[in-house]
Parts: sequence; C-alpha cells; structure tokens
Amino acid sequence: MGRVIYLDHASTTPTDPEVVEVMRPWLAEQFGNPSTVYSLGVAAAKALQDARESIAACIGAEPEEIYFTSGGTEADNWAILGTADAHQKKGRHLITSTIEHHAVLEPMEYLEKHGCEITHVPVDAGGLVDPDDVRRALRPDTVLVSIMHANNEIGTIEPIDEIGRVTREAGVLFHTDAVQTVGKLPLDVNELGVDLLSMSAHKFYGPKGVGLLYLRKRTRVSPLLHGGNQENGRRAGTHNVPGIVGMAKALELATARMAEDGVREAVLRNRLWEGLSANIEAVHLNGDMAHRLPSNLNVRLDGIEGESMILMLDMEGICVSSGSACTTGSLDPSHVLLALGIPAEHAHGSLRITLGRSTTAEDIDFFIKVFPPIVARLREMSPVWCANCACKQRN
Amino acid sequence: MYSELVMEHFRNPRNMGVIEDADGVGEVGNPVCGDMMRITIKVKDDVLEDIKFQTLGCGAAVATSSMVTEMAKGKKLDEALEITNKAVAEALGGLPPAKMHCSNLAADGLRAAIDDYRARQNAR
Repeated sequence: MGRVIYLDHASTTPTDPEVVEVMRPWLAEQFGNPSTVYSLGVAAAKALQDARESIAACIGAEPEEIYFTSGGTEADNWAILGTADAHQKKGRHLITSTIEHHAVLEPMEYLEKHGCEITHVPVDAGGLVDPDDVRRALRPDTVLVSIMHANNEIGTIEPIDEIGRVTREAGVLFHTDAVQTVGKLPLDVNELGVDLLSMSAHKFYGPKGVGLLYLRKRTRVSPLLHGGNQENGRRAGTHNVPGIVGMAKALELATARMAEDGVREAVLRNRLWEGLSANIEAVHLNGDMAHRLPSNLNVRLDGIEGESMILMLDMEGICVSSGSACTTGSLDPSHVLLALGIPAEHAHGSLRITLGRSTTAEDIDFFIKVFPPIVARLREMSPVWCANCACKQRN
Repeated sequence: MYSELVMEHFRNPRNMGVIEDADGVGEVGNPVCGDMMRITIKVKDDVLEDIKFQTLGCGAAVATSSMVTEMAKGKKLDEALEITNKAVAEALGGLPPAKMHCSNLAADGLRAAIDDYRARQNAR
C-alpha cells in the first residue's frame, strides 16, 4: 500500500501528536476519577477545570457554561431533547433547517412522534438559510431554534449571528451545531447570539468520543443522561479525562493556527476546483462558494455514481466521501443535496472532498491527474452517460 | 466491506460495453435510486453467444453485472433464465446485507434482455 492521501477531514481528522502527548499521562499513571477526594482524583479534577477554562476562553464562554459530552451527537441530542422537555409548558414547537446533520434531524423526528411540532426552514440553491424564514416560522409556542453553523456535506456557513438576533428579539432559545466550524472559523458564542452550541473534538485534530455542549447561564435544559452528579448534576457519567484534556489542547492549537490554515486550505481547494472543472466535462459545484468553509469542496458528476468513484479513488490511495445512497446505508441520496433542489439521480453522483493540515499542493495535483481517467472509465461503464449528447443524462 | 472477489470484478469488470447490433436489450433499475443497468445480448441457436453490460451504480452493482455476464455467457437461454440474483451474490462470495436488495439486480437485467429477445422473435 502506497501513500494515503486523506481528503475526508469533515469526516474525522488525525489526532495531533501534541494532543496525544498531553493525553498520555491521563490514560496511564494519572488515571484517577475526578469525582473522588484523594490527590489522584483531585489532580484529574484540576485537569478538567483547566481544560474547561481553556476551551471556554476559545469560544468566548464562561467555564461553567461548558458541559462535556461523549461527542457532537450527544451534544445535539441533549440540546434538542433536553430543551423540549424543560420548556414543554411554554410550548412544543421547534424550528430547524432541512440540511441539518442527522444528529439534529432525528431527535427532532423523535419529538415529532411524541407530540411536538417541527418546522423545517428551507435553504436556497446554495444551501443557505434565510433568517427571515426563521423569523416567519417563530410562534408563541416555539421553544428552540436549531440551525447548524456550517454544513458537514457542502460546507456552507449559515448566517448564525443574524438568526441569533432574530431569536433573541423573540426570546427563543437558539442552538447551533458547530461541529464543522469549531477550530476552523473564529467563533464567539456572544457574537453568534447562541444559547446552546455543540462541538466534537475529533473534527479539529482532537480525539474521538469527546465533545461538549455550551449552555448559556440560566438556560434550562433537562438532563439526557442520569446517574451521577458530574457536570453540575446535568450530565451523568465518569468524565473522559484524557479525551477532555486532549480536546482542550486540540482547540488551543487549532485556534492558534486557524487563520493560516484557512488561507492555505482555501488556496488548495480553489486550485482543486479549477483543476477539476478544466479537465472534466459536466462537473458541477454543490453549494454556495462564497459562504463556505475553506476546506470543503463538493462536486457532482453527471452519469456516474458516488461509491464507484470512491472505490476507484481508494485504489489510488485517496480517501474521500460521497452523497450517494450507497455510502449512507439508505436508499435515498443525501438529504442536503436534495434540499438544494438537486434531483436524486444527480445527487448520487456527488463527491465531498475535504482538505486539512496534511494536504499539500502535490496531493491536489495528484487528485487532478488521476480523477479525470476515473470519471472517463465510469462514464464508459454507465448506461446513462452518452458522450455525444448535450443532455448528458436522461431523467 | 466487500469481498475480494467483488472488488476484483469491480476493478476488472468482464464483458463491459454494448453490443451494437444486439438481439436483445434489458434495462433495469432507476437512476433515482442510484442504480441502473443495461444488458445487451447476441443469441445464436438459442445460446447466449455474447453478452455485455453497462452499469451506473456502486461497487456491488458493477460486480454483480460483471458476474452475471460471466455466468450466462455460452448458456442456453432457458439455463440462463435460471440464474437468480441470489446465485449471483453467492458466486461473488456474498454481498453486504444493505446491498442485497438495492444493488443486486443483474439477473433481472439478464432476464429482461432475454425477454426482449424472445419478444422480438415472436413479433417476426
């Protein structure tokens, strides 16, 4: 097996060696439970507190507003289910968008089955939510608005600060899933105007299995996990001390190099898009290019299917992902691409390429070199691709 | 997630392409669900003399298409009609469960091509 070119950083990132280093003692000799009173436990509790303070400072929060979780999925579930439960006297209406991660959409579906009403605000063809749509969707019984900061598939950055002004004016709680933006974009919970925010360490070169929910002071949210007094009695379960220490270090490192990484990745990403659009016919961009994470490119290719592209790129040592049904385990293509108005038969031919710290110009040039022949071969294999017709694909 | 044999057929598909003056054409699947397959056949003395496929779809869709052409080539039509989707999957050493229903349509494609051939014969 030759060199691996990893271009799936929106899926997960390698843990930074510096992060691994600071985690190591907390996995080994410093194994104490932070909820105990002897020195071994107190040392762990101190490490937790340091991590809490460091993370809070990176996002403009207070340390006591940070609640550690097992990751982004738990944080999203807790934010939604916990808010709906705690505020059911006020009402049972929640607002979200059509392009959220499943960790938001599925708790919403669960609530719907249990008597709540959910409004899904649409996105435009570029994948952006209109804050006025959120304003219009608000009702006296609305208890929560949950709109993601940036989309995990197409990387579009939503106007969270504008939506935050809308929700504040209305006195409605606002949650954002910031899993794709923490460590990538400057982020301040007060500037964004959010009351709840989810993040996940492994998206910014931290370890897997750890994340957090930011909960603004005096925000009432019922616990999701019961069975211990950890996190101020709001989230039970022994702390993942190595993970939390690692997450704090990873966020510190990511924050320090954010501007530099962002510029570098944007240059490489643009080079990739120019290279692909110049060398492949019938390749289209999914999602708005102006409001987009610098690391994300999402393209669709007429007449071919996503998984077959992934398998062929894998033979070249390249890791990417797709919006095809085959890679999500369901029969439907990506709900995000469908929400942009892309027909299902085209959505299946999408590819998400997400750059990261390890990505070099050579990687990008290699991709631009090997991908066109793969596309040509799959189109040769395709019964719906016709090289000579302008329509390219039958509907 | 795929067996080595599935990947081998995906990498080196057998009988890929189109028979221009085909005696029968079968199309199955639907681009909306991501998989589509076209099989073209040449028949001589009730035997599948040649068979080619084109497939839009995932690794399993390509591999099952390739495998069915290999299984059917040289067979009498009635024998070829006995090939089932399940038999194709088994010949490939199995498919991941999620792929069994959505991407395992190669035998249906073959059957459609043979039906088309017979319909053309009857129309003569």
